[in-house]
Amino acid sequence: MAQPIFEAKVRLAGQRAIIDMFGEINAFADGDLNAAYSEAQAKGDADILLNFASVDYINSTGIALIVGLLAKARQARRDLLVCGLSDHYLEIFQITRLADFMKIYPDEQSALQAA
Amino acid sequence: MFSIIRKTWQSFTSKNQPEEPNGQDIPSPSLRQVRTLEIEIAPNDPLMAYFVTTPGVVEIERLDMDSPALRALKQAGIRITAPLVSQGELIGLLNLGPRLSEQEYSADDRHLLNTLATQAAPALRVAQLALQQQAEARTRERLEHELRVARIIQQTLLPKELPDLPGWRVAAHWQPARAVSGDFYDFFFFSDGRLGVVMGDVTDKGVPAALVMATTRSVLRAAAEHLDSPAQILAQANDHLCPDIPANMFVTCLYLILDPLTGYIRMANAGHNLPCQNTETGVIEVRATGMPLGLIPGMTYEEKETTLAPGDGLFIYSDGLVEAHNPQHEMFGFPRLRQKLAECSAGKKSGDTNVIAFLLEDLANFTGQGWEQEDDVTFVTLERQPESSLSVPGEPQGETVAAPDKQWTHVAEFSLPSEPGNEMQAMQMVATAVQELDLPAVSLERLKTAVAEATMNAMEHGNHYQEDLPVEIVVRRSDDALAVLITDQGGSQVIPEPETPNLEAKLEGKQSPRGWGLFLIKNMVDEMNIYIGDSEHGGTHHTVELIIKTKG
Repeated sequence: MAQPIFEAKVRLAGQRAIIDMFGEINAFADGDLNAAYSEAQAKGDADILLNFASVDYINSTGIALIVGLLAKARQARRDLLVCGLSDHYLEIFQITRLADFMKIYPDEQSALQAA
Repeated sequence: MFSIIRKTWQSFTSKNQPEEPNGQDIPSPSLRQVRTLEIEIAPNDPLMAYFVTTPGVVEIERLDMDSPALRALKQAGIRITAPLVSQGELIGLLNLGPRLSEQEYSADDRHLLNTLATQAAPALRVAQLALQQQAEARTRERLEHELRVARIIQQTLLPKELPDLPGWRVAAHWQPARAVSGDFYDFFFFSDGRLGVVMGDVTDKGVPAALVMATTRSVLRAAAEHLDSPAQILAQANDHLCPDIPANMFVTCLYLILDPLTGYIRMANAGHNLPCQNTETGVIEVRATGMPLGLIPGMTYEEKETTLAPGDGLFIYSDGLVEAHNPQHEMFGFPRLRQKLAECSAGKKSGDTNVIAFLLEDLANFTGQGWEQEDDVTFVTLERQPESSLSVPGEPQGETVAAPDKQWTHVAEFSLPSEPGNEMQAMQMVATAVQELDLPAVSLERLKTAVAEATMNAMEHGNHYQEDLPVEIVVRRSDDALAVLITDQGGSQVIPEPETPNLEAKLEGKQSPRGWGLFLIKNMVDEMNIYIGDSEHGGTHHTVELIIKTKG
């Protein structure tokens, strides 16, 4: 089996939890990404920012994982914000219409300022 | 059972003061030698009862009882001890050896020791509990991680995509009660176009059930490879499972083969819930009987047949739905299921009703909020579209068309074993091969994503991750386009037409969050073609052709 080359870390900026993701978002990221999301939802009490700045690859299973997070966030009535997407993955977020359900910012700073 | 208790032996001294390594004298603390002594006190040792019931400092030398622990304490030179008792439980001893002055301990000494013990006992208890909780938390975390991995592995055992049969709508839902499940469903594609459908339900749930589920699935797949009678497949699976399955476990299983052209179904049933057929005149149960798998070897299974007319549907399900309870402890039950299916069938006449979404909604209404799912819930539905709604058939996928290659120049070709993760390699190899074309960054990124997804599909759905079955990749160019052809070796599984996923339904939990692969591929390239041909490994192969324009 391939090495799981994914990591997700949670930190707080004020009341907002930020999930910094690193590496490849594919089937192997499932456990860690969902664990990070639960941690973020428990730690912060505002919206949650997904930081893709250090993500090199997202495949269709990765898209499904993000759909799963978005479903959870909507159930918990929390907004999911997104920053750090490359132009290519921004296009994929638009094609899949994930962009219709998440506020997308170019970088962390603009996400934190805008919200 | 022995309890192991740590004891401390302290003695006071004013002599033999040690020096710091640098040779300087340090001020003399009165506490000198401190040692930890491990002594086991059996629960039935009379000393245990004595310590727990007698408060205060105990003079060891004066005690006289038949106690191995007392002998050990005396042997270690302990003179007085203060039992550390917290909530009626002995958690340690504060022991003192002989005074170096060789004098007896004074009443003041004993009082001091007693005071110390009174304060030390709760503090030690708290520290012990904290350590215990830390250890438990670590164990819990490790188990949770293992379960997450197990769930990922189990999900790979379920079909990734639903069969796409012209004139049919096939849907499935799998909802484990815990991280992993004993329920499963599977599809088998026969070379003549017939579809095998299986649903199984292992007794119990969680990890033990998931392990048996994985075995059962493999045994059924192996049987379906060379048999095409549902009864024979179940009989063989039963014989293979019996020697290996744990004594208190078994598997209920329904196996059917559908001919999509005629709607004709043959099925055999190993103790599973009877499937419900929705017809124009009402809901009927298709009754085939037999013992669950894994109980008694040498069983034979009855085979029954039915035909789904246009507009009919077949509903296959596991126990989790009918055995769900509401807060008043009433069971969902078969009568309610039949009634709901009939309502669903009536609703369909006036519009498009999704059976699975309809039943899940009714289950949620029935159980109310905060329902703790009792058992795994799994459904498969086969619905034959009414004749009036059948669209004009599109281009048949089965047509064997060779990719036109007149105007194409060969750029590169390579072959990769079907191992998870190799799509990354495919992506890099194609990127390297097309370097000379100097594609704009946007096109290159799109191509890479399309190649990775198509390779993943070929390894997973075509080659079922059999490492000896390669994925072959050919890169060609023409004056105004670039083509990447990705070929699997496998089977008769039809590659469905890409559909636009329904994100709203996915976000509401009505559909699996997955199913983006083909949609992504189609959107990443200018043209996508699927070809089917004969494979040298037997059976058929699929080629997905990805074309991007390099000019205009």
